[in-house]
Amino acid sequence: MTTPIEQIDIEQTLKAMAHDIRISLSGKQPLLIGIHSGGVWIAKALAEILDSDFFDATLGTLNIAYYRDDFTRIGMHPQVMPSDLPFAVDDRQLLLVDDVLHSGRTVRAALNEIFDYGRPAAVTLAVLIERDGRELPIQADIVGQTIELNQNQQIKLTNYSTLQLELKDNGSAT
Amino acid sequence: MSRHQLTESGQLKHFLTIEGLKRDLLTDIMDRAEQFSSISGRQVKKVPLLRGKTIMNLFFENSTRTRTTFELAAKRLSADVMNLNINTSATSKGESLLDTLHNLQAMHTDMFVVRHNQSGAAEFIAQHVAPHVSVINAGDGCHAHPTQAMLDMFTIRRHKGHFPDLRVAIVGDILHSRVARSQIQALSTLGVGEIRVIGPKTLLPADSQTLGVHVYHNMAAGLKDVDVIITLRLQFERMQGALIPSAQEYFANYGLTEDKLKFAKPDAIVMHPGPINRGVEIASAVADGPQSVILEQVTHGIAVRMAVMSMTLGSHSEQQEVNA
Repeated sequence: MTTPIEQIDIEQTLKAMAHDIRISLSGKQPLLIGIHSGGVWIAKALAEILDSDFFDATLGTLNIAYYRDDFTRIGMHPQVMPSDLPFAVDDRQLLLVDDVLHSGRTVRAALNEIFDYGRPAAVTLAVLIERDGRELPIQADIVGQTIELNQNQQIKLTNYSTLQLELKDNGSAT
Repeated sequence: MSRHQLTESGQLKHFLTIEGLKRDLLTDIMDRAEQFSSISGRQVKKVPLLRGKTIMNLFFENSTRTRTTFELAAKRLSADVMNLNINTSATSKGESLLDTLHNLQAMHTDMFVVRHNQSGAAEFIAQHVAPHVSVINAGDGCHAHPTQAMLDMFTIRRHKGHFPDLRVAIVGDILHSRVARSQIQALSTLGVGEIRVIGPKTLLPADSQTLGVHVYHNMAAGLKDVDVIITLRLQFERMQGALIPSAQEYFANYGLTEDKLKFAKPDAIVMHPGPINRGVEIASAVADGPQSVILEQVTHGIAVRMAVMSMTLGSHSEQQEVNA
């Protein structure tokens, strides 16, 4: 079921994801939250494809830098935009969006952060790319593409003028 | 300048003085503080970044604002924080500073926040702690108070934006003020257009001119067209001998009143590091007036201290490279 990365059509993938989101979240007035940076790009693209009133409020963004589990090993991350949830999450259906689901640690951190804002009714996870290498019991509900990569390979979403996927070979360190 | 406060890769390991730090680093502190300031508006005013870290507030000198905001900053980062009031502790039983320090370090402390009435105390402690421990200077004698200076810079940036366009006046007891020294260093590092100090000759350091500031002894001339006015407390406890005739006369000449405030630009902001002496260096009508940002400074102290604490403790990490 795995697609070679060069054959992935991001636009078509996003349309298919939007279709799945419409089916599973219609009538639930979901709130949309993207994880910086790639998840925010994907969330914006999904919001554009879906009807303008599908999501209940403007896009929320999360910077999970302060919820990571590797501060002792890595220290402070370079700066990204701060978290901004311009709505109350209590008792609401959330759609959490990220670009790549890999270890699951980012999603773990994002869930922890969301719960510091309140108690949502439910959180649905949508990712553009689901790859192997999970280290936590976390799965996405809505998946664009599933791919398998070597352990030292990393897939990265870039956004210069259009969204593009890049494959990087890590070796031992970036 | 401290040779001890940066790691080999240029990261902040201790925060002892503004002197010698580059503009990029000061900007980085303010940018991170900007991010942390949003946490105070949330339901849970806490992030788990420093969970499991132990921070000791080591105050050899009284403090309300600084100690409380350091404590709150540590708590909002989920660190465990202890407040040691040294006046009532072992030092008063004759234990030496280094013995006290080594004992506290034996409790697996990760950071000391130090206030002391001797200049250089924080630097001394930084030289004697274990390599994994960070030290933050919360005010040493008449030397430096770098976190206060940074929260002041943060407040100025929020209100006024671009530093090179600004004219900033610091009024009052510059001679005894570690805050003023750190502010002047920060303002000049950030490229402020003009820095002025205003006060009687007896309260200005003899070498004022060499600090790169313009010296005024008269409020009308000194405040003309300034964007920011920083008033300072008269530090009677540090004065040796009579440096001013009386508090009343000082207020008449240098106290910031509504009338004197009119010399500055109409949209000038008024700052004070606290504690304020109403009717001595500032009139109540100004301290509580629409141009005052004094209480905002206090609020900003939390975010700025969160930034400095996380940056210094983050410098001890095993690797600096970041995986995306």
